[in-house]
Amino acid sequence: MSNYRRKKWISNLAVHLFLALLSLIWIFPLFWVVMTSFRAGKGSYSSTFFPDAWTVKNYTRLFTETGVFNFPRWFGNTLGVAVFSCVLSTFFIVSIAYVMSRLRFRSRKLFLNIALILGMFPGFMAMIAIYYILKGLGMTEGVLKLVSLVLVYAGGSGILQFYIAKGFFDTIPRSIDEAAYIDGATRWDVFRRVTIPLSRPIIVYTVLTAFIAPWIDFVLARVIIGTDARYYTVAIGLWNMLEKENIYQWYTRFAAGAVCVSIPIGILFLVMQRCYSDGLSGAVKG
Amino acid sequence: MANKNQNSGSISVKNALKKGDGLTRLSAVFMGAGNLFRKQVGKGLIFLALEIVFFLFMAYRGMGLLAGLGTLGVNEGGEVFNEAKQVYEYTMGDNSMLILLYGLLTLFIVIAFFLLWRASLKSAYQAQIWLEEGRRLPAFREDLASLLDSNLHKLLLAGPVLCIFAFTVLPLLFMAAIAFTNYDRNHQSPGRLFTWVGLDNFRKLLDSSSGLGTAFWHVLGWTLVWAVFATFLNYVLGMILAIIINRRDTRWKGMWRFILVLSIAVPQFVSLLVIRTMLQPEGAVNVLLRQLGLINGGLPFWTDVTWARITIIVVNLWIGVPYTLLQVTGILQNIPKELYESARVDGANALVQFFKITLPYMLFVTTPYLITQFIGNINNFNVIYLLTKGAPATMSYNNGTAGKTDLLVTWLYKLTMDFKDYNYAAVIAIMVFLLSAVFSLLAYQKSGALKNEEGFQ
Repeated sequence: MSNYRRKKWISNLAVHLFLALLSLIWIFPLFWVVMTSFRAGKGSYSSTFFPDAWTVKNYTRLFTETGVFNFPRWFGNTLGVAVFSCVLSTFFIVSIAYVMSRLRFRSRKLFLNIALILGMFPGFMAMIAIYYILKGLGMTEGVLKLVSLVLVYAGGSGILQFYIAKGFFDTIPRSIDEAAYIDGATRWDVFRRVTIPLSRPIIVYTVLTAFIAPWIDFVLARVIIGTDARYYTVAIGLWNMLEKENIYQWYTRFAAGAVCVSIPIGILFLVMQRCYSDGLSGAVKG
Repeated sequence: MANKNQNSGSISVKNALKKGDGLTRLSAVFMGAGNLFRKQVGKGLIFLALEIVFFLFMAYRGMGLLAGLGTLGVNEGGEVFNEAKQVYEYTMGDNSMLILLYGLLTLFIVIAFFLLWRASLKSAYQAQIWLEEGRRLPAFREDLASLLDSNLHKLLLAGPVLCIFAFTVLPLLFMAAIAFTNYDRNHQSPGRLFTWVGLDNFRKLLDSSSGLGTAFWHVLGWTLVWAVFATFLNYVLGMILAIIINRRDTRWKGMWRFILVLSIAVPQFVSLLVIRTMLQPEGAVNVLLRQLGLINGGLPFWTDVTWARITIIVVNLWIGVPYTLLQVTGILQNIPKELYESARVDGANALVQFFKITLPYMLFVTTPYLITQFIGNINNFNVIYLLTKGAPATMSYNNGTAGKTDLLVTWLYKLTMDFKDYNYAAVIAIMVFLLSAVFSLLAYQKSGALKNEEGFQ
């Protein structure tokens, strides 16, 4: 018996050591960003592993020296785009998901199949064409660039991700809807007063996904915003700081900016994951 | 009842033309007539107004735009000698790109009008039938109110469908059309024209003796190798990790999961760009290893082809394993415990148990997830582009437009953004679509959820 217990103790020790080592490797890059953001100096090269001197100047300079790269402004741009696109996108996705899940009409199957096929095209195949369409509409000048970005984030291929919300709506028992119809409710009433209140986790999930997207996308944003630094979002701005011509001046400030963006976005992501797993377990529990 | 309706007098265009009365048939020419003269004035006027707008548009612009689709422009533009003024004048030529775009848009307007025409005809026939049955026709106000009830889907879908059309369907068709033109870096609008070339681009890309073809087949090969490794390593390692954390005797389960998930909570353009700089010849990792005295020079993480490919796959574990962890933890707990108990009685060790029970069970349950992951990895733009941008480059791949770690999607991106070879990019995009479609179909067949969506209720 004691032999068995010793064996168990050893395997437990091994497992915990392994997990601890893995965790160290796992957070090393993140730890490295934070450390870099407090390092005196500018570039990415460091001859020593730990910084020679510590400073918070990278943060203060990032927010006060706005001559070349205006980080506070980018932050504002991104926040604005994120808020508007998340409202619009949530409305779109919840609408489609509800219609596809609860209503029956003739072209429904057709719509679902088309959505499935459209989703198989690589997203940025359309990117260049989207840019020309927006340009044709005169939407690629000045602040309209940000409006375009909102439209594309909310109305672009992300809209086809309504399947998750639809799957959730499918789990709400139909008898609830039917009870409401008997009481004289219209379909709109049911949508607004029955389905939406029952769908909190999946709506929060949709809101967060849409809110996070503008903070992490640099591909589409670069195409639409172009080179005008006034309308950068944080993602393109930070990306630009690491281009060859900037990295020696900006690396530590990039790290500071990255920390400022990553912490709120990371927290939102974790909340989103929680909502996602809550959502998967269905609407009505018990 | 639906069947009976179809046989006797369902509301269809065919029936409307065959069995409709004069007013209904008149609606086929003057849209809305059937509604207008049956006191559905609002509805009738809307149909009529739309018809007038459509024909005015077609007469003034539409026909010309459609005709442009045939040639994609004939006037190259440039300097033209003006006899009267005796000077060279610069004239704007045709812009093939805009001609194609507007032509496609006009095509859609025609299709939309056809659908509208059908709707108006049906509406007229419906009104006729209802009157014959002695029913009162719904007033305009009631039609509007139905948008919140029996026609709610029309109201709710209007915005999204318009957006899907403008930002997904039209761009995709535009790019698909580009695949059949010679819109490359030598035919940039405005200034130069491009035109239809049929299947030439496809032929060039698939011909393995040309530089372009060499690049295509090699990039395709690496894309598949990458997708297989990235998918299965993430899957198996993520599952093993989940099992280790789920063990009864493992403590602080929540903490381990939290730490591992942190790597995907941080935006990829931050984490991957940082890893890229850390793994540079003079980056943090090489500095650390040198200080520990493990190496003398620097490890060629991004400069050597094999190193770069392996590094990418390993770094991808860092962001892939947590996703698997999130996905499989719940399913793992559903595996019947009796299976393991009887295996233990028979003397199977943990390894045998994993390969004989856990893996087969999980593969059975999560095949659709695995296939979606595989497609996701074929399209995994971020990891490759942020880590290597496809480098190391090689001249043997179409004069260096593609690199040794490029996936089809990153190559497609570079072809559009950096080299402006839109035609080849479009062909590659179509290839990627075909790849994804084949694997999606597999997933579709395997997953009951899509086939049998109402089975749950």
